[in-house]
Amino acid sequence: MRLSGWVATLALATGAAAAEPDPAGWDAVLEEARGQTVWWHAWGGSAPINDYIAWAAREVEDRHGVRVEHVKLSDTAEAVSRVAAEKAAGVLDDGAVDLLWINGENFAAMKEAGLLFGPWAEALPNWRFVDVDDKPVRTDFTVPTEGLEAPWATAQIVFYHDAARAPEPPRSMAALADWAEANPGRFAYPQPPDFLGSTFLKQALVELSGAPEALYRAADEADYEAVTAPLWTWLDRLTPNLWRGGRAYPQSGPRLTQLMADGEIDLAVSFDPSEAASAVANFELPETVRTYVLDGGTLGNVSFVAIPFNSGSKAGAMVLADFLLSPEAQARKADPAVWGAGTVLDVEALPDEARARFEAIEVGPGGISAEELGEILPEPHPSWMTRLEEDWQARFGVSR
Amino acid sequence: MLGPVAAGLAGAVGPAFGWAPELGAAGFSLEAWRTLFAWPGLARAAGLSLGVGVLATVVSLGLTLLICAGWQGTRVWRWVERGLSPILAMPHAAAAFGLAFLIAPSGWAVRAASPWLTGWETPPDVLVVQDPLGLALVAGLVAKEVPFLLLMTLAASVQAEAGRTLLVARALGQGRVSGWLKAVLPRIWPQIRLPVYAVLAYSMSVVDVAAILGPNAPPTLAVRIVGWMNDPDLAWRSVASAGALLQLGLVAGALAAWRAGEVGVGRLGRRWAEGGARWPAAAEGAARGAGLLAATATAAAAGFGLAGLAVWSCAGLWTFPEALPDGWTLRSWARHGPAMAGPALATLGIALAATVAALGLAAACLETEFRRGRRPGAGALWLLYLPLIVPQVAFLPGLQRLALAAGLEGGWASVAAAHLVFVLPYVFLSLSDPWRAWDRRWATAGAALGASGWGVLWRVRAPMMLAPLLTAFAVGFAVSVGQYLPTLLIGGGRVPTLTTEAVALASGGDRRAIGVWALAQAGAAALPFLLAAVGPRLIWRNRRALRG
Amino acid sequence: MADGLRFEGVSVRLAGREIAALDAGVAPGEALTVMGPSGSGKSTLLAAAAGSLAPEFELRGRVRLDGRDVTGLPTERRRIGILFQDEMLFPHLSVGGNLGFGLPAAVKGADRRARIEAALESVDLGGMAGRDPATLSGGQRARVALMRALLAAPRALLLDEPFGKLDAPLRARTRELVFGLARERGLPVLLVTHDPADAEAAGGRVVELAG
Repeated sequence: MRLSGWVATLALATGAAAAEPDPAGWDAVLEEARGQTVWWHAWGGSAPINDYIAWAAREVEDRHGVRVEHVKLSDTAEAVSRVAAEKAAGVLDDGAVDLLWINGENFAAMKEAGLLFGPWAEALPNWRFVDVDDKPVRTDFTVPTEGLEAPWATAQIVFYHDAARAPEPPRSMAALADWAEANPGRFAYPQPPDFLGSTFLKQALVELSGAPEALYRAADEADYEAVTAPLWTWLDRLTPNLWRGGRAYPQSGPRLTQLMADGEIDLAVSFDPSEAASAVANFELPETVRTYVLDGGTLGNVSFVAIPFNSGSKAGAMVLADFLLSPEAQARKADPAVWGAGTVLDVEALPDEARARFEAIEVGPGGISAEELGEILPEPHPSWMTRLEEDWQARFGVSR
Repeated sequence: MLGPVAAGLAGAVGPAFGWAPELGAAGFSLEAWRTLFAWPGLARAAGLSLGVGVLATVVSLGLTLLICAGWQGTRVWRWVERGLSPILAMPHAAAAFGLAFLIAPSGWAVRAASPWLTGWETPPDVLVVQDPLGLALVAGLVAKEVPFLLLMTLAASVQAEAGRTLLVARALGQGRVSGWLKAVLPRIWPQIRLPVYAVLAYSMSVVDVAAILGPNAPPTLAVRIVGWMNDPDLAWRSVASAGALLQLGLVAGALAAWRAGEVGVGRLGRRWAEGGARWPAAAEGAARGAGLLAATATAAAAGFGLAGLAVWSCAGLWTFPEALPDGWTLRSWARHGPAMAGPALATLGIALAATVAALGLAAACLETEFRRGRRPGAGALWLLYLPLIVPQVAFLPGLQRLALAAGLEGGWASVAAAHLVFVLPYVFLSLSDPWRAWDRRWATAGAALGASGWGVLWRVRAPMMLAPLLTAFAVGFAVSVGQYLPTLLIGGGRVPTLTTEAVALASGGDRRAIGVWALAQAGAAALPFLLAAVGPRLIWRNRRALRG
Repeated sequence: MADGLRFEGVSVRLAGREIAALDAGVAPGEALTVMGPSGSGKSTLLAAAAGSLAPEFELRGRVRLDGRDVTGLPTERRRIGILFQDEMLFPHLSVGGNLGFGLPAAVKGADRRARIEAALESVDLGGMAGRDPATLSGGQRARVALMRALLAAPRALLLDEPFGKLDAPLRARTRELVFGLARERGLPVLLVTHDPADAEAAGGRVVELAG
């Protein structure tokens, strides 16, 4: 009696586990996904990206019968709080979020709080095309992904300038301070903790610290003061020559595009190599805008899609994530006329027909080719970002 | 209504003192407060919130009074009345975008004078928008709050018989402005007091306008709280809650101080009125001129702001210092237009449901009060108005927890219910004074002719109060249309409205997209205002006493 | 005497203090005038009869109409007509609509229109059913208010200084009309006024309230 009771409990437990879709049995996943609706929470601040997501939604519905609804967020943290609140309130199945565009601190927070479903990502059929050797697709800001999120797009720090007004932009952080001195008020970076603003600080730190290897361990294991001292000296010199003398900061990357369009600045930083090109195509920037990277290379990272633990449409979410990894979807995404985000696939290793799609992409005016982008420098350990943001806040966030 | 408000408040108090189940914290702790007070910008941020709030309220009220005192009952007044609705309907964030584009160094005003007058080929690097003192923010708030206060004063004046009172004062030798201030204002004040408090509380805790026009090194306290709330590190949320409580304390303190100031000013004013002094004609003229200037400036700011959005929505490339786009295109409309139908329907449906429910609740409350002769206690009123005072971002997580625990979320009905929490105070605010001022003898006359209590309500009161009912409806509708966080949090993102779409797109900073969506949003909110302005005139075109 | 309007030991109090008191009866077709200066509580007595006392007042004693105790009844079930100094014509209804307001719903269609038109004609206002009340003269409004009250078929009439706003010749004619119609229909009338001429025209008993 007692034993059979145990067996029954065990059977129930495994039964519950088996109810979760397993990407190893892909046909079963496709079967289960048919008819599901996937609520995909993704930043909605860019019309080209929204259009791309709408295209992917149509394709997945046509091919696999999965409905995809794009929930447009102004900040990814909104969805993170949502899942956390659902867990606290005991909403354990069919939560509001089925798929989430995420990376960095948000991923680290969700992983630590046990808010993610998985592992599933590396069992997706299209995972075989992913460039696992040369692109940081298995770590997210040094945090191992462990199959809890599937890579989607790459991003890399670039600078863009209006060649008509600033023909000779600086090619290093040190040169940037000189350039700003000669052109006061014509450069700006977003206010940390904006993502781009913080990354700009890290980019400067990588170049200026003289000891970049210390940055890939936790900040308290290094001599933080000594490593960051050159950065603060440099910022003290740069800040008075920033837009508005550093007494006000733009709040986001897109705001820089606006300032450039209004002629308020001549040089800007971006985390999206195709941002300037899309803006030119969207009439937001003049055709004299050019994109470039610093001589020593720039930081880059990968953004991912993850499935919350309480999604009610996990199979559908996986089908969508797999489609997003397909060479067709990745090639379309890489086209600056559509969006222009870097691919996470290993293009060289793709079958001929798929590779041809990538080779056919043309870099429009204002854009930058994959070769010019050069090597991606990996992101430092997340603890550096936290410390830098706090210190920046204390030194420059409350202006004098 | 008590449940949601209490849950919302608990949602702010709990985490501030270390109770946050979703973070696995369930003990008493003052850690959040220590972190809060350790932030070097706290004093400046709190000071900014207070200063901006008080200054915006004083200026808004002052301009409103000048406009009313100088021009009520004149031909200019007709124009003021007509201009109100479109400005009121404009969402705060859209108005802020419009104003920012107008006054920025690369904005329309500078463009209009460049380079032919200023010689500027590139915009000057001066800090106009987002100035450290928050003056641009004050200007943005004043442009939106003056119309709101005018609307409230307008409703109050009708019942205070402003015209006759002013006539008496002028017959006693007072000028138009001083007479209005001495004789009409004291009668109107009790009716516009609450709206003024609402303006003060709103100006202190506003987030979207402050993020666009306000300073950011440091920002106002409310903006900083939102930043903490959205930090990927969930632990910051308890600091945000502590900040929200501090904000609540600031607002409560400011309201108390305002109330005390009111008593003082009232005493001085009484002495002034009883003293019989007259203003020289020049002072009268100056005051009237200032009022006209204020009205014109407000209308111009709103008008050019709206026009700016419209032009951006159809702009091709548009570089400095061109005053108009280098090229025109309908591409932005073609791109966003087709996606608008669904969100537009949801917006209207939710606003309709929330506002009708709010009207019903407010009317039921007021009618009970009318029949029983008992007013709700001060405690109940505070609870009703609490959602206006507590920063939304701190208030909502508690509300969301309640909805999740009750299994009431995700659908548009629960979103409408959440909107109700924020719509009801405004509807109550707009409706309570006209309701209370209604002559009791109408009810007796109706009852003596055989109409029951309900009959009187439907057949006598409702039609007679059509104008204030529609105004309250429009105010509530506009509030509902403008809700972002409640829609997102309670709807789980599954109920897209014009506002959620507009705010998401605004985070990308594309002015063309912002123009398109902000115009759509303003259009949705303008519908009921149009109805409120035209409805009574159309329905009562043959009823002179009700045409307003 | 079972018929008519009777006040049996009526006393109205506010916070324990007596505001007004009356113990009297009015027979059908007769009038009782309550006189007194402003603030003497005469309007409070009228409200007690109408059932429209504000909740803070306390009423003792009984009010009977045709033998029926109406003290606890709401206004609409007392069948009492009221005329105010301000005519209180509903501004959202036409003249005809105002008359129709109190006319029982059982009277329908052409009959209803005819009754309203006849009522208007009886006070020389024929053809004015479609007019906006706000466009009428003071005398016209007073007559519409009277006919509106009578069409509701009341069993008694309460008059709250109904002639105060009219000029002298008009006042005399309107008084005559009101009291004439009330007598003709056998309605007991309670008149509240401070004008001795009103009391004289009413022709019944006069009760003086102290200030």
